Amino acid sequence: MNAVMKTLLRAVMISVWFMALTFPVLSLKVNATKRTVDVLWERAAGMGLAMFALSLLWMWYFRHKERGRGDSGPLASVRAGMGRGWHALLRRLDSLGRRRGVTGLCAGVLLAAAVFLPVAGSMYQTTIFANAFLYVMLALGLNIAVGIAGQLVLGYAAFYAIGAYTYGLLNQYFGLGFWVCLPVGGCLAAVAGLLLGFPVLRLQGDYLAIVTLGFGEIVRLLLNNWMDITGGSQGVANIPRPSLFGITLSSDQSMAYVYYLTLAAMIVTIVVVARIKDSRVGLALRALRDDEIASEAMGIDLRMVKLQAFALGSCWAGFAGVLLAARINFISPPSFTFMESAMILSMVVLGGMGSISGVVVAALVLTLAPEYLRALSAYRMLVFGALMVLMMIFRPQGLIPSRKRIYHPRGVSADGAATSAQGGRA
Amino acid sequence: MDFFYFLEIFFSGLTRGSIYALIALGYTMVYGIIGLINFAHGEIYMLGAFTALIVATLLGMSGFPAGGILIVAALVAMLWCAAYGYTMEKVAYKPLRGESRLAPLISAIGMSTFLQNYVQLAQTSNYVPFPRLMPRFAFLSAFGGVMRSSDFVILVVSALVMIGLALYIRHTRMGKAMRATAQNRKMAMLVGIDADKVISLTFIIGSALAALGGTLIASHTGQVGFGIGFLAGMKAFTAAVLGGIGSIPGAMLGGLVLGLAESFTTGYLSGDYEDVLAFALLVLILIFRPAGLLGKATVQKV
Repeated sequence: MNAVMKTLLRAVMISVWFMALTFPVLSLKVNATKRTVDVLWERAAGMGLAMFALSLLWMWYFRHKERGRGDSGPLASVRAGMGRGWHALLRRLDSLGRRRGVTGLCAGVLLAAAVFLPVAGSMYQTTIFANAFLYVMLALGLNIAVGIAGQLVLGYAAFYAIGAYTYGLLNQYFGLGFWVCLPVGGCLAAVAGLLLGFPVLRLQGDYLAIVTLGFGEIVRLLLNNWMDITGGSQGVANIPRPSLFGITLSSDQSMAYVYYLTLAAMIVTIVVVARIKDSRVGLALRALRDDEIASEAMGIDLRMVKLQAFALGSCWAGFAGVLLAARINFISPPSFTFMESAMILSMVVLGGMGSISGVVVAALVLTLAPEYLRALSAYRMLVFGALMVLMMIFRPQGLIPSRKRIYHPRGVSADGAATSAQGGRA
Repeated sequence: MDFFYFLEIFFSGLTRGSIYALIALGYTMVYGIIGLINFAHGEIYMLGAFTALIVATLLGMSGFPAGGILIVAALVAMLWCAAYGYTMEKVAYKPLRGESRLAPLISAIGMSTFLQNYVQLAQTSNYVPFPRLMPRFAFLSAFGGVMRSSDFVILVVSALVMIGLALYIRHTRMGKAMRATAQNRKMAMLVGIDADKVISLTFIIGSALAALGGTLIASHTGQVGFGIGFLAGMKAFTAAVLGGIGSIPGAMLGGLVLGLAESFTTGYLSGDYEDVLAFALLVLILIFRPAGLLGKATVQKV
């Protein structure tokens, strides 16, 4: 009883602390025109109640974590049950996924739904799904660098911008069409990735992250300030939709056409990234993520592998950029800010770094949820920010963690993991 | 005349640089002690400016003298931002201590995004005018107006604060504990230093300095917006890296050098690429001299 009182008292104190902390910015709203301040008590009250509940949850979680498995807290069994349920669900899905037929069936159903969407759904649906597919491409591309190879890239929007401007500018100045620009955009983004990769080969961890961030900002500022070529902050307008063997399409038809192109590009991305992940290159990338020194000792050429990670990661952003320009017909620097990079990164983090299915699901959820929950869309970035913090604290491996490949040689049971793991590749 | 123009640019660069230095101190102290690039530090600066604006507007309604409002607003902003910094460390970074280096960095990016949108949603997404509170000094006009009153205030205040900080770290018990923790946290804990307390204090001091910087720059430029933290934070980080991250005199020197460099490029070349300069400098230093001007190069043992 005493312990419960203590916990409650602590929760009250925490909520009072947060009410006081957030009072000036949250509950005192400046009215800029009248130069007055409105006091919003209901916000303070809401904050207090929310923090009371959250702090209780927080304390229970950490007590559970400290005590380990033999916990008997009121929420522990619920939490453990939920955790078990989620893991059981994942395992069930995993074993289902191993049966070829089931995977094929699911993929077929989803694909059919995606194919019929422009026919059955409205223009609006088509547009937001095309957008979501684009983000799947971006998140998977970033997943190669961040999730698989462990190189934190914070300026990913720069490669996206390079792709988009490749199409926009080549079309404006030389009249080149979509189909020429698509490979060019991807290649240019990959080259930019290599150019960024060369100087940062020696850098690790947070320094690397900052250099990529600086690179991203430099690209955006150049696009913004180089008025003569890029049109500055006014961007590039009137970018044509892709052509279909010279057939003229109506606006809706061409939108649907871009949708199908994006869908196809997304499927190609998923397949290729999955194949890269399990290839020799992918194994080298994962070794690099787990331990640079050890992988170098194993004979992996670090320079080569890092450059591959940058080039492979950034080319998808290039493709996605060209598709973006083709869909929205207008591009400008504000579409490629650091917030964009942070959003793509949060998809990778939320889905589970290195996990392909997780990242696909996270990208779809994070782009579609704000569209369908219009009331929430203003809070989108707030939620993304909070999610990134909470995921790091509570579930750093992501929603659907990347499965480590373990190779069991013949004759060694799965239980003999300690002996077989040394012989196998993880 | 040309010389006056030079002086004008010089002083505006110094002003800018001392604000960068104030923010850079927070980055460098936190990095020195827990090895984390506190991405959300720029948002603390922005929160400081907003808190000061709110306090100043409140006091302005009751007809306080301008100079008094500025002092009270700055003090309240520093106090509240110190609390924000403290809370942020407890919520977003402390649970991640001992994890990989990537985890707290991602958490910091999340925190930065969160705080930016928190202010945008709670207040406004537009730029808000900040009341003119800087006192006017008549004696400055004797020097031909090369230095504005607000430049003077910013220079004096930030110089005083930085000297105070240097003295605090050199001569007090807590300052000694901070230096020891920065050198080696485990050893510091073995000799009885409460590392948690030192880390909290680092966040508190750093955040208060950033809030002071935010208040000063807001009353200098006369406007506040929810997005000002990112660019200012990146530039202050550049300053910290330029001086050698982890080194306190380095952060001060780096801030001044960056401020002057920006001011002279804008004054003599063109203002278009002012921000590009800072980022380019950041990238170049990190690639070619990651230890910065005053930092020591570390050798990685394998």
